[in-house]
Amino acid sequence: MNAALTCSTTPEDTLAVTLTGDWLLDTALPGVEPVLERLRDTPAPAAICFDASGLGDWDTGLVARLVSIRRDAEANDVRVDESGLPEGARQLIALAFAVREREGARRKARDVGFFAGIGEKTQRVVGRGRELLEFVGELVFSFGRLFRGKATYLRSDLVQYIQEAGAEALPIVSLISFLIGMIFAFVGVMQLENFGAGIYTANLVAVAMVREMAPIMAAIIMAGRTGAAYAAQIGTMKVNEEVDALTTLGMDPIDFLVTPRVIALVVMLPMLTLYGSLMGILGGAVVGLSMLDVSLVQYASQTVNSVGLNSLLGGLFKSVVYGSLVAIAGCQQGLACGSSAMAVGQSTTRAVVMGIVLIVVSASILTVIYINLGI
Amino acid sequence: MQRNAGHIVAKDITVAYGDFVVQRDLNFTVNRGDIFIIMGGSGCGKSTLLKVMIGLKEPAKGDILYEDVPFWASGDDAREAMKRKFGTLFQSGALWSSMTLAENIGLALRQYTSLSDAGIREVVDYKLMLVGLAGFEDYYPNELSGGMRKRAGLARAMALDPDILFFDEPSAGLDPISARLLDDLILELRDSLGTTVVVVTHELASIFAIGNNSVFLDADAKTQLATGDPKELRDSHSNEIVRAFLRRGVPEADAA
Repeated sequence: MNAALTCSTTPEDTLAVTLTGDWLLDTALPGVEPVLERLRDTPAPAAICFDASGLGDWDTGLVARLVSIRRDAEANDVRVDESGLPEGARQLIALAFAVREREGARRKARDVGFFAGIGEKTQRVVGRGRELLEFVGELVFSFGRLFRGKATYLRSDLVQYIQEAGAEALPIVSLISFLIGMIFAFVGVMQLENFGAGIYTANLVAVAMVREMAPIMAAIIMAGRTGAAYAAQIGTMKVNEEVDALTTLGMDPIDFLVTPRVIALVVMLPMLTLYGSLMGILGGAVVGLSMLDVSLVQYASQTVNSVGLNSLLGGLFKSVVYGSLVAIAGCQQGLACGSSAMAVGQSTTRAVVMGIVLIVVSASILTVIYINLGI
Repeated sequence: MQRNAGHIVAKDITVAYGDFVVQRDLNFTVNRGDIFIIMGGSGCGKSTLLKVMIGLKEPAKGDILYEDVPFWASGDDAREAMKRKFGTLFQSGALWSSMTLAENIGLALRQYTSLSDAGIREVVDYKLMLVGLAGFEDYYPNELSGGMRKRAGLARAMALDPDILFFDEPSAGLDPISARLLDDLILELRDSLGTTVVVVTHELASIFAIGNNSVFLDADAKTQLATGDPKELRDSHSNEIVRAFLRRGVPEADAA
C-alpha cells in the first residue's frame, strides 16, 4: 500500500498526524511539508501527536521524516507526543536525540563575491610563490648541513634515487630523443635541399639536440616521471604522518627526504641529456644518410665540426638548472600536500605542471642570456 | 519481519593464502538478532574470516549461507545483491577522505535509492544524529578525532538499513569510555533495528558486554576451538585455552 500522510487539528489545539501504508526508503514517500508549515504557523499548535494504526512496513524512510518533524516542533516550542508511534521507531528517535548537536559545530556556507574571489585567488598564488622561495631557502641551508656532514640521510636511499632517476629512465629517453632527432632531420632535409645545402642537416640536428632539445626533452620526461613520483612519495608520507615521525626524531625532513632526491636528479639529468643528444644525433643520421646523397664520413665530420665545446657545456648547464627545478617542484609540492588521498593527486599534478612551467620559463631566459654572451 | 533462526551459517570454511592455511573446518551459526563475536589471539585469522563473510576474499573451501542461500556459490549479480544488505565498519573507519561526512553517507543512497537530494540530506542528518554526530555533515574525515571517525563510519555502514552489520575491531584505538559508548550504541541499534551484528574483536570487556554468541579461533590449532555464548565458554568450556583467553590468562582459582 502506498504511504500517505494526513493532518488535522483537534479541538484541543493539537496537530494530529495520521500515517498509513508502507513507509520504505526506496518508495515514493509523501513530503512532510504540510506538517512543517502548520508547525511554523502563528500561533503554532500546542502539541503534535501521531496515529500509526494504519502503518505497514517502515524503515529509515519513516524515521528520518519523523526526526525532521520533531526537530521543527522543538524549534517552535510544540510539545511532541510520540505515544502513537511504533515502539521501534520511538527508540530510534530517542537515540537520535540522545546526543544533542554540539554548539557551533555546524558550518555556515560562505558567500564570496566576484572581486573578493579574484582577490583570494591572487593572494593564494602569491602565497604559493612565497612558499616555493622559502623552500628553496631551506634547501640551501640543508645543503650547508650536508657539506658540513651534519645532515642525516640514508646513503642507500641516495643510491636508489640515482638508480631511479638515471638508469631506469634510459629507455624512454632513448626513444623520445631518437624520434626527435629523426623529425629534425626530416624537416632539415626537406627545407635545406631546396638550396642544395642538404649536408647542413647534420649541423641542424647536432646543434639543436645538444643546445636545446636534449636538455629540454629529458627535463620534461623527468618532470612527468620522477618529479611526479617525488611529489606522490613525499605526499603519501605526509598523509601517513611519516614526515611528522621524522621530525619528532629530530631529523629534518628536508635533509632526509628532499636533499638526496635533488642531488640524484641534478647529477643524473645532465647525463641523460648527454645520452639523449647522442641518440638524437643517431636518429638524425639514420634519416640524413638514407635521404641525402652523402657518405657516413662526410655526415659524421659535419656533425663533429658543428658542435663546439661551448654548445655542449651550455646544454649541460641548462640540464643542471632544469634538474634542480624539477626536483624542487616535486619535493616542495609533496611536503605541501594536504592530508587526504585527493590531496596527493593534486600535489602530484601541481608538481608536474609547475615543473614544466619552470623548465620552459628558465629555458627562455637562459637562451636570451646565451645569445648575449655569444655562446 | 520474519525471524527464522540461522541467519548466517558457515559450512566447512577453510581460508588460505595460497598454500598457507589460516583456518580450516569452520562451522558456526549466527541467529537473527545475535551479536556474534569472532574472537581469538592476534594473527589467528579473525579479520580474514570477516573478509570471507563480506565478500572480499574467496574461501579455499566451504561456503557461507545467508538465509540458506550460499554466498560464494552464487553468481556475481546475486552476490552483489546480497552484499547490499551488509553494512561494514572497517577498523579505522575507511571514510573516503576527499568527501565530507554527508557525501560519504549519501553515496550509497544516491546509487541505490531513488531519493531526491533533499531526501538524501534528511536521511544523512538522521543517521549522523543516531551516532551522535549531528551538525558534522560538512566536515572532512581528517578534521575529526578517531572515535568520531569510527562513529561516522558506522553511520555510513547503516546508510542502506542493512540486515547485517559487520564490525572489524570496533574498539581498537579508542579510549575505554569511547569504546564503551560505541558498545552501547551497537546494543541500542541491535535492539531497535533488529539487525544481526558480527564483531571481530579481542577486547574482553566488549566481548562480555555485547556478545551473546561467538566463535573462538586458535592460531596453533588453525581451527575453531569453541562456539557459543562467551560467558558460558569462560565459565564452563572444556578447553583450557578458551577459558584462559577469556580470563586474560588468570588461573581460575584467582579469578573466582
